[in-house]
Amino acid sequence: MKLVAVTSCPTGIAHTYMAAEALEQEAEAAGHEISVETQGAAGATPLTAAQIAEADAVVFAADVDVRDKERFAGKPTVTGSVKRAINDAAGLISEAAAAASSDSTAPKPTAAPLRTQNAALGFGSHLRQWLMTGVSYMIPFVAAGGILIALSFVLGGAEIAVIVDGGTFQGTEYPGVSDLSKLFSEAGFAGVMFKLGSEAFSMLVPILAGFIAFGMADRMGIAPGVVGGLIAVAIEAGFLGGLVAGLLAGAVTLGLKQIKVPRGVAGVMPVVVIPLISVFVVGFIMIVVAGGPIASVQSALTDWLGSLAGVNAVLLGALLGAMMGFDLGGPVNKVAYLFGTAALASDNLTVMAAVMAAGMVPPLGLALATVIRRKLFTQPERQAGEAAWLLGLSFITEGAIPFAAADPLRVIPSTVAGGAAAGATSMAVGSTLMAPHGGIWVIGLIGNPLGYLLAIVVGTAVTCGVVVAAKHVRRSPTESATQAESSATARQAVAA
Amino acid sequence: MSDLITADLVDLDLTGEDRHQATAALVTRLAKQGRVTDVDGFLADVRAREEQMPTGIEGGIGIPHARSAHVTAPSLAFGRCAGGVDFGAADGPADLVFLIAAPNGDEHMTILASLARRLVHESFKNSLRTAPNPDAVVTLIEKEVLAR
Repeated sequence: MKLVAVTSCPTGIAHTYMAAEALEQEAEAAGHEISVETQGAAGATPLTAAQIAEADAVVFAADVDVRDKERFAGKPTVTGSVKRAINDAAGLISEAAAAASSDSTAPKPTAAPLRTQNAALGFGSHLRQWLMTGVSYMIPFVAAGGILIALSFVLGGAEIAVIVDGGTFQGTEYPGVSDLSKLFSEAGFAGVMFKLGSEAFSMLVPILAGFIAFGMADRMGIAPGVVGGLIAVAIEAGFLGGLVAGLLAGAVTLGLKQIKVPRGVAGVMPVVVIPLISVFVVGFIMIVVAGGPIASVQSALTDWLGSLAGVNAVLLGALLGAMMGFDLGGPVNKVAYLFGTAALASDNLTVMAAVMAAGMVPPLGLALATVIRRKLFTQPERQAGEAAWLLGLSFITEGAIPFAAADPLRVIPSTVAGGAAAGATSMAVGSTLMAPHGGIWVIGLIGNPLGYLLAIVVGTAVTCGVVVAAKHVRRSPTESATQAESSATARQAVAA
Repeated sequence: MSDLITADLVDLDLTGEDRHQATAALVTRLAKQGRVTDVDGFLADVRAREEQMPTGIEGGIGIPHARSAHVTAPSLAFGRCAGGVDFGAADGPADLVFLIAAPNGDEHMTILASLARRLVHESFKNSLRTAPNPDAVVTLIEKEVLAR
């Protein structure tokens, strides 16, 4: 019997190759021919189309998503973890042989072993894997876009945003630059940097959504994910909308891939049918179902804030600050920001100051946390932390998104708490700000700058403290789970 | 690639309460040879990998490993632990611990891949269990890994 296999593990330097070796040994011992593609760090030598075509069955021994799974469509498949392949290669090989034999008698491939093995990994770890896939593809956009925007403020001053995009700054009306070929002559080097950074930033949510869906459903997921992400931006649903769009797109695509169709139609499924239906379904749900509620929540919030303006200024600062930290550039954050600029337009300079302080705190607090508690963060998160310093100082709240997208339930409370602390402190010390943006680079325009720095430091410390505490809470369940597992193993050993 | 492992990187009397301590002892050996620049940083990378899924496999093997910016040269540190250390394998603790340290970048991965492939061979594991001294371990690993 001829078999093909793919092995793949998280780091790609050990288990991938051990699994390959074990499968080759056992297949040979059982009298089968096997070709293994090791998707590891030493680079994969892909299986040839002929090898796949000739194979009677496919073995996936993978703890991470197998790349280009579509190549094996229609083949009888056995799926197991990498460890299973190392510990029990003989079992996987005989399952594969059984799947191949039953396939030749019955036309339907046996999907049963695949389902049970996947379920063993657990939904929680799958979800985290999908989110991390999206985040890791998004981070280069955050880094490039955020730092370009930050540098454009350093070089061009707080007004660079309105010079490029149009608007009013300190009473002066700017038309904006509509013809990109004139951008350099009209807005200068800083203007070009701002524009490039803004374009890169506009891709954050589409890329996040597209690659969450990619993590769930392979290449087929990218189109509905990216389109869903673009709509999340258009309906101002921010990155939370992007998370929803990505998961939705992945689920819809996975569902469509399960549909069994006659062989003649199977060829056009991945090319036409699945993209068409998945993009339409995801887009429709995002616009028609999700768009209305998000828009109404937003307008309700605006009205509510207007009625709150008379009450205690510190409470208002805390509330706006909490909103700035809630969705990190999404609709709630935008409402608070608009409220700040609206207050600015009516000559109240303290609200804008509180809003900006609160918007600077989330990236700064998380960056600080990655420094003082490195072990709580993954390697990509630590790299995002290095960029987050500059992003936070430049009032680019989006610098916190990589953290929030990977672990929203623990990160968002910390950014909300830190934002609230910064907003309240800024109002309490009575700092003022007459620019709508610019971060630390417009400190010259800030009234009571020392008090303002205090607000930022307080907020940063609160975010850092809360996120470290929350991540410790996560730790204990996983560790106790591991302990429970090993003590169960110990009991088995004793019983044996 | 004769310096993948040296006698200084072999600990035939590895001790440790748990896998983190055992790993730390081996990382210290790597750091003394200048192969790891930041012990804590590298340990954190190894631990992050270990938390994704324990690296122990059946037959008494633990393979803590990571690709990390804190590693200067692809290295293997080997520890033999008579008492055993739990690396999360289903059949109990590991008595052979292989710490694989890989620098970022792809150029050294082939050698580490062929090392990993040898680890599933019973004869290789048994030879390691009975090796009389660190030099014998080094010779054995060089012979087996480079033979391929």
